[in-house]
Amino acid sequence: MTDLYGPVSDWQNDFDHADPKYNENIHEIWTDLLENKKCPVAHTERYGGTWLPLTHEYVHEVAYDTEHFTSRSVVVSRLKPSQMEIPPPPAPIGNAPPITSDPPFHHEARRLLLPAFAPKKIEPWEEEVRQICNELIDKMGDAEFVDAAAQYAQHIPVMVIARMLGLPLEDSDKFRGWVHLVLEAVNEEPETRRKKFEEFDAYLDLHVQDHIENPRDDLISYLLDAEIMGNKLMPEHVRGTIVLLLIAGIDTTWSGIGSSLWHLATNSVDRRRLVENPDLRPTAVEEFLRAYAPVTMARLVKEDYDFHGCPMKAEDWVLLPFPAANRDPNVFEDADKVVIDRAENRHAAFGLGIHRCVGSNLARLEMNVAVDVFLERFPDFELNTSEEVKWSVGQVRGPRSLPVRVLARR
Amino acid sequence: MDDALMCSFLPLSRTLNGMRVRVDTAKCQGHNRCYALAPELFDVDDYGNAHELNDGVVPAGLEDKARLALANCPEFAISIEE
Repeated sequence: MTDLYGPVSDWQNDFDHADPKYNENIHEIWTDLLENKKCPVAHTERYGGTWLPLTHEYVHEVAYDTEHFTSRSVVVSRLKPSQMEIPPPPAPIGNAPPITSDPPFHHEARRLLLPAFAPKKIEPWEEEVRQICNELIDKMGDAEFVDAAAQYAQHIPVMVIARMLGLPLEDSDKFRGWVHLVLEAVNEEPETRRKKFEEFDAYLDLHVQDHIENPRDDLISYLLDAEIMGNKLMPEHVRGTIVLLLIAGIDTTWSGIGSSLWHLATNSVDRRRLVENPDLRPTAVEEFLRAYAPVTMARLVKEDYDFHGCPMKAEDWVLLPFPAANRDPNVFEDADKVVIDRAENRHAAFGLGIHRCVGSNLARLEMNVAVDVFLERFPDFELNTSEEVKWSVGQVRGPRSLPVRVLARR
Repeated sequence: MDDALMCSFLPLSRTLNGMRVRVDTAKCQGHNRCYALAPELFDVDDYGNAHELNDGVVPAGLEDKARLALANCPEFAISIEE
């Protein structure tokens, strides 16, 4: 088994998205597959069979096709649902509704969450996010060398989502540990992984019980109070949705902020332009979302299916690299260039179709404020090239370590 | 109903200006780009789904904002009639 999950030498027929080399060299790998190898869909036998469509057209098609593809499990791992000792709840519910749900249940599970994340519910969080960002910068003191990922980006979404859910802020290290477990440790031995998941579940059960006994004004109490077609949610549904909000609310935004700051640390022209033109920052953030979209989702093939000549088998994984769709030259002019004032930008960083990221308004707010505050407080900075940038592993891509040298502060 | 016939039912004031925007609510997934870029032309409901304001009539001077909203909708849910 270990050989199967060893380093990759052939990205066309034996890729592994969880090989550290994938996220480090992601744009070169896609370009090589599409332009040199003329391969719009890569394949691997790893994880029991996995496909990787790379064009906007194909990614869009899979995202919209809920007839042939199920969302029952959206993170590729070594075990398929049917191979797990305790399989996740079957479609259309899945273990983290609504992201793991299919129609028609998906619609109901999503509809109860949408109002909590609608634009007008999220806008009032701006001041709190701004304060969190400023406090993180304050904590850096006068240090010339800082880590913009470990000391800044990673803390912002953790603090926000913990407050929204009503979980203790001091447990943020635990949350990051579980983010690693769910999204990065996909190659770990299944038994070890299962035990860690049980600890995660036990932690959440404790806090759900506390909310049952002491209801308050937060998302966990909101979920406990919510109804689908006149019925309260099943306990597994409540827990699964908390898992979704916690994991998806942390890692993705942390990666989005980190990649934006990585771009600014390595591109002095763009950095100066945004320092001088605050009004351009929201447009630039959209371009960072396009060019460095953090999230690749996944689907499972329902029944054997021929997808544009690819013989997909039932329960094969299909990765949905929205970040690759965002760099398709058939959809975006100068797709491989970062154009911070790009006016036309139909990027798919938050997905396409019915599973559009439910937290996209919150993620955008956090990214905009985080970039804004960083540029205000550090009007000049650059990559500290004496240390290494470390990228995440797996379906969410962003810098986990981003060494920066601060050249000016206020 | 074809466009010409449709126009004949619209009050004169709505057709004089020329440009109208439409959100296809079946395609809209609540990405919120139109409301963020052109809040004069679009609003969102409690679920975050968009709709056009003022029956889609684009006031003079806001035509570029309408085009910007169209060009930033990931689901291709916005259309413009001129």
